[in-house]
Amino acid sequence: MTTPTTQALATARRRDRPSVFRAVLRNPLGAASLIVIALIVLISVLAPLIAPYDPAYVDITAANVPPGADGHLLGADASGRDVLSRLLVAGQLTLSGAAVTVVISVLLGVIVGLVSGYFGKTFDLVAGWISDLVLVLPSKIVLVALFAVIGPNTLVTMAVLGVMVAPQFYRLVRNLVMGVKNELYVDAARVSGLSDAAIIGKHVLFAVRAPIIIQAAFVAGIAVVIQAGLEFIGLGDPNTPTWGGMLQDAFLAMYTAPTMLLWPGLAIGLFVAACVLLGNAVRDALEGTDAALNVSAAPSTSTTAVRTVQKPVVIDDPADEDVLLRVDDLSVGYPDGDGGVKRVVESVSFSIRPGEVLGVVGESGSGKSQTAFAILGLLPSNGRVTGGRILFEGRELDPLTGARRLRGTRVAYIPQEPMSNLDPAYRIGAQLMEPLVVVSRLSRAAARERALSLLERVGIADPKRVFDSYPHEISGGMAQRVLIAGAIAGEPDLIIADEPTTALDVTVQAEILDILRDLQRERGMAMMLVTHNFGVVADLCDRVVVMQTGRVVEAGSVEAIFEAPQHPYTAMLLGSILDGGPARPDYEDDEHVSAPAEKEVAL
Amino acid sequence: MTAPLLEVRDLRVAYPRKGFRRPPVEILHGVSLDVRPGETVGLVGESGSGKTTLGRAILGLAPVTGGAIRFDSADITSVDRSDRRRLARDIQVVFQDPYGSLNPALRIEDILAEPLRVQGVGREAARARVRELLGQVGLPEDAGGRLPREFSGGQRQRVAIARALALQPKLIVCDEPVSALDLSTQARVLDLFIEIQERTGVAMLFVSHDLAVVRHVSHRVAVMYRGDIVEFGRGAVVTADPDHAYTRRLLMAAPVPNPAEQQARRAERRAMLEAEAQARAEAV
Repeated sequence: MTTPTTQALATARRRDRPSVFRAVLRNPLGAASLIVIALIVLISVLAPLIAPYDPAYVDITAANVPPGADGHLLGADASGRDVLSRLLVAGQLTLSGAAVTVVISVLLGVIVGLVSGYFGKTFDLVAGWISDLVLVLPSKIVLVALFAVIGPNTLVTMAVLGVMVAPQFYRLVRNLVMGVKNELYVDAARVSGLSDAAIIGKHVLFAVRAPIIIQAAFVAGIAVVIQAGLEFIGLGDPNTPTWGGMLQDAFLAMYTAPTMLLWPGLAIGLFVAACVLLGNAVRDALEGTDAALNVSAAPSTSTTAVRTVQKPVVIDDPADEDVLLRVDDLSVGYPDGDGGVKRVVESVSFSIRPGEVLGVVGESGSGKSQTAFAILGLLPSNGRVTGGRILFEGRELDPLTGARRLRGTRVAYIPQEPMSNLDPAYRIGAQLMEPLVVVSRLSRAAARERALSLLERVGIADPKRVFDSYPHEISGGMAQRVLIAGAIAGEPDLIIADEPTTALDVTVQAEILDILRDLQRERGMAMMLVTHNFGVVADLCDRVVVMQTGRVVEAGSVEAIFEAPQHPYTAMLLGSILDGGPARPDYEDDEHVSAPAEKEVAL
Repeated sequence: MTAPLLEVRDLRVAYPRKGFRRPPVEILHGVSLDVRPGETVGLVGESGSGKTTLGRAILGLAPVTGGAIRFDSADITSVDRSDRRRLARDIQVVFQDPYGSLNPALRIEDILAEPLRVQGVGREAARARVRELLGQVGLPEDAGGRLPREFSGGQRQRVAIARALALQPKLIVCDEPVSALDLSTQARVLDLFIEIQERTGVAMLFVSHDLAVVRHVSHRVAVMYRGDIVEFGRGAVVTADPDHAYTRRLLMAAPVPNPAEQQARRAERRAMLEAEAQARAEAV
């Protein structure tokens, strides 16, 4: 049953639901930057209460006193005003200016972006033009010009800045929405009859909220910097203390009181850095860090390395003489994030004789592809062979690299997704010729001849046209033929094919199976065929290995497996096959209409 | 003879193409089909045949350029949003990809309650109905509080089926609902479809690329090839002894999970292809 067992339910409940907010807090940088931002905001709000002096109070005798003198903890400025008090109070205007920028740009950018991305058409076109126009305007020059018109009004200036950075949110949201609106769950909501507004509010906005938060954190930092820059060149409100204005005052008194530059500079730097780091922390929380996984991957390497030294390279078992590939007690693991190793392949053993086709069958999660990857040396970067040996013609392969050095000459690989294994930037011909020139050391003319004959051999009617095509110009079935041509180019002794026909239509699959069988017979190649399809097994294989959750549960000749499966799992799999099963009985109409709930259909 | 619940006549669907004054590309070239109440009609074809597009057109998700779709003797070829909402009570959908069709941020309960709430069902009533639905598709009652990612592909597809059943529709369009599932899961989910149909009398349009799957669940089967229905008839006949050459090719191409039988089928298929090639050569 797919109904989860009670144990599975328990583990599911125990596992923490990783909320983004909690992940940000768990990240030291994220927690620290959140605390810094919260502190700065809190202090600014409470500034009038905690500031020791009135920020505008002038004590001419204290002009430019150093920090600590006369009860001025951070000293006093050229007019004799208390620096600490001014610093605290300045946060109010600086932060509210930044808040105005963020709120205006988010509101404008997100709303227009949502409408534009969701409905598209003319609105999208016009909004795109306007957004591009605003983007090319140099914002600082616009703000300087604005000062000439409206004078020193920080909040209005920052609101205009908000409009100027809104295109950043617009572009982000529009592109995200265009991706989300084609998701099946949005289609399902449409079929359920949800209005567009409800779909946007419930499904679309949810998917784009996190990138908006990240962008907003960056914009808040930028707004503070731009505001300070404007005030520094004298375009601020001289009557209200601001960090930028304080920088300007300190700059004028730089030789008499150099430390005065430090305080507003620190305030600006701290706040901006906290904003940027918070943005990064949110992004990391969303992407899910895999740094933890990579750290714990190391130990398994050392154990396997020791093993390599201990075992003799050649084993003198007489039965091994006619074995091409032997997999002996192979285990593959991935770090599980808690410092342990999660085994996906456990103690798997099998062998392939020259010219033999071995099927490796199983459902998803059975470890069949991982076994193939381990043999090929193609395990993902954090996957490791944690035990056992792989021998090719009696010689043990390095567990780290598998058959990597034999690939292209003795061992070839046919992948599941033909398209993603062709480089879209190069013509088919160039991709086929390259290994022939590099590995087989043919001249370019000879390589071209050979590539064309290989394409013809895999049943391509017009090899020249395909040779000159780019991958996007050919179909999936054609691409798989090209990859098969590439695989047989080095005249390998063993082909490892991982679900070679799963991505293809059934009529194309039949043709590819024909080609594989013919080539295998013709060249006496051995083949390891990883598949979930028992029809493919019956079509091609001599022997079968059945895998379940990383282990081999049954192995035998193809006839034996189909006729008399020994393991209950094999029997269950065979029992699930629908091919050749009974068809659904004919529809009996009247019964359905009269009493649908009580009717019984014999099956 | 019962009047059909769904009737598609000469349906044409064409998608506009990017670029100035480029003609739209026609996906369906006038297809006709009907589904009776409580019946499952299988729609089989290869990629690009237009089978998914036909399903989407019935759901109002594809641009219809000709022909008519009638449901319960009313024309639904191009209905506006409010009519579509009323129609949502009667026509529902199960998509292929159990990963993409459930919003990863919503709890199962909220996913299942969504169609109910749209139709104005109260919060309490919706919650009770959700529990009932979870039971109907064989999921534990407490599954509602969890997120889609906590479930396997087969379980997610059960959630998608429960969502389709929520409003007690008369027709469910199933778009490749089992092709992303493992073999053993696939068989159980198909049996769930049959069981639900027997209990509720819902009709289904079952889209799939797999003849064996369609044969298992369908009373009648339509075969699509490049935007046309080339054959439409009793499931047992179409999937075992078809009339049309393309259906025969499709049937012969699927490998039989039995080494001896497959060897025979392979020989038969090759002979058939050779005969076809010869016939073509003679025609030229």
